[in-house]
Amino acid sequence: MNLLRAERIKLFSTRAPWWCALIAVAAPIAFTALFLGLSGAEITADVSNTQLATSTGRTVALVLAVLAATADFSWGTLRLTFQAVPTRTPALLAKGAVVFTACAVLGLLAGVGSWGMAHLVRPDADLGLHSGADWRIVFGQLLTFALTGLLGVGVGLLLRSSALTLAIVLVWTQLVEGLVLLIPKIGSDLYQWMPFYAASQFAGGDFTRTTLKLSPPFGPWGYLAYFAAISVVLFAAGVATANRRDA
Amino acid sequence: MLQATGLTKSYGDTVAVRDLTFTAEAGRVTGFLGPNGAGKSTTMRLLLGLDAPTAGTAHIEGKPYRQLSDPLRTVGALLDATWRHPGRSARQHLRFLAATNGLPDRRADEVLDLVGLSAVARKRAGTFSLGMLQRLGIASALLGDPRVLLFDEPVNGLDPEGVHWVRQLLHGLAAEGRTVFVSSHLLPEMEQTAQDLVVIGRGQLIYQGTMADFVARAGSRGVRVRTPHADALRKALTEARAVFTEDSGAFLVSEMDSDAIGELAYAARATLHELSPLAGSLEHAYLELTGQAAEFTSGGAR
Repeated sequence: MNLLRAERIKLFSTRAPWWCALIAVAAPIAFTALFLGLSGAEITADVSNTQLATSTGRTVALVLAVLAATADFSWGTLRLTFQAVPTRTPALLAKGAVVFTACAVLGLLAGVGSWGMAHLVRPDADLGLHSGADWRIVFGQLLTFALTGLLGVGVGLLLRSSALTLAIVLVWTQLVEGLVLLIPKIGSDLYQWMPFYAASQFAGGDFTRTTLKLSPPFGPWGYLAYFAAISVVLFAAGVATANRRDA
Repeated sequence: MLQATGLTKSYGDTVAVRDLTFTAEAGRVTGFLGPNGAGKSTTMRLLLGLDAPTAGTAHIEGKPYRQLSDPLRTVGALLDATWRHPGRSARQHLRFLAATNGLPDRRADEVLDLVGLSAVARKRAGTFSLGMLQRLGIASALLGDPRVLLFDEPVNGLDPEGVHWVRQLLHGLAAEGRTVFVSSHLLPEMEQTAQDLVVIGRGQLIYQGTMADFVARAGSRGVRVRTPHADALRKALTEARAVFTEDSGAFLVSEMDSDAIGELAYAARATLHELSPLAGSLEHAYLELTGQAAEFTSGGAR
């Protein structure tokens, strides 16, 4: 409990996480308003399409998680933490837990907020949560954001430098996953194994799937398990590395 | 009590610290001296479990650091005053540290008061001067009211008043029966602060013992003599086969004590304006001992 409290104080006592949190929630809601408000007939106002923009918020949550880990390295506060917790692992697990929880809250706010915004801009549309799938698409953001947080902390612990880590995760999420599609022959098969694509298959609107007529290897829950496995492995690798290295 | 036994740390082919064995006793201030690059900071990091030693052990109050539970309650340390997030307030910085070891929030305010930072407790640490950061670092070391304290260059960046304050603080902590282990490159400061010394050079132990013994070991540096009758004295000294040098009207006589020089001068009818034995100083002793051991000597000095 002490360590969770310590990591909570650390996360919320600087400005960057607050800004990230604000953007992670506000950006998807704003984009949803623009997409559905301005689209007219091109985008059907259904539950799935209320989550088209949520992945932008998820990327900002990823930035928050990366910073939570790398700022600790670059300002020497991780060394102070290790001085106070020489066994290290409990402190790192506490950091993972705090970021996981914070991102879960952001995911919930972004998912439900976007869905709520869709109601406001398309009051005529049927946006009720009629099926388990509808619930999953909106409330599942909680899990995809939380796991993204865990992944971000893991990558941050592995790479240590804020600039390097942010560059890599942003290039990955914004460019690499999309560019994979352009690779001839294997592109679209490979694309279905991309981690953030996987996250969007569990919760989120996705028209690439329908547009590209892909036949995905997993169902939504399988994709969640796949994304969770990647996140947990990266987090565990980050913890193990930070544990072993001289601080 | 602090105890290092055969402590060794190598990075690839470079050996930063080699087979270092020393102790720092409770109730005393132990100064940790060595030229730049001698391995002082590496040793501190090994003592605190931040770096893993290649060989050897370090024990604090009889236990390896990594086996202490809530170590801030046993050991307080200031290794680098710049270890803080510039966007976090002094108070929150101390609160998160206190929380890791289950110390109450109240402690953060208490130690801020102790180091004189209460007025800026809510200011972001990025706005702090180096002197204020040193005080913040000292505050974090004192958080858990520990029995053992380690400070790496705590007076760096402090003004004379701050230096005096640190000296008083260290003396006070030792007087309360705590172990105080402090490194510094400011020798005059160390001379006034430490009772014991651990001196290293090139990662190896050069000296461990009391400050008084260390200074005495370097011995006297001779006697300084000034006289208006330089010719008469020079003649007398030469006849007595004394070893001496002359520098801007003063003689520096070695291997002869001031009594003998005084009598010699009297016999030669040379009036003395000054007859002063030059006592050994920490600086003198230190330079003599670490001279050969310095990792980096100034260019062309050899």
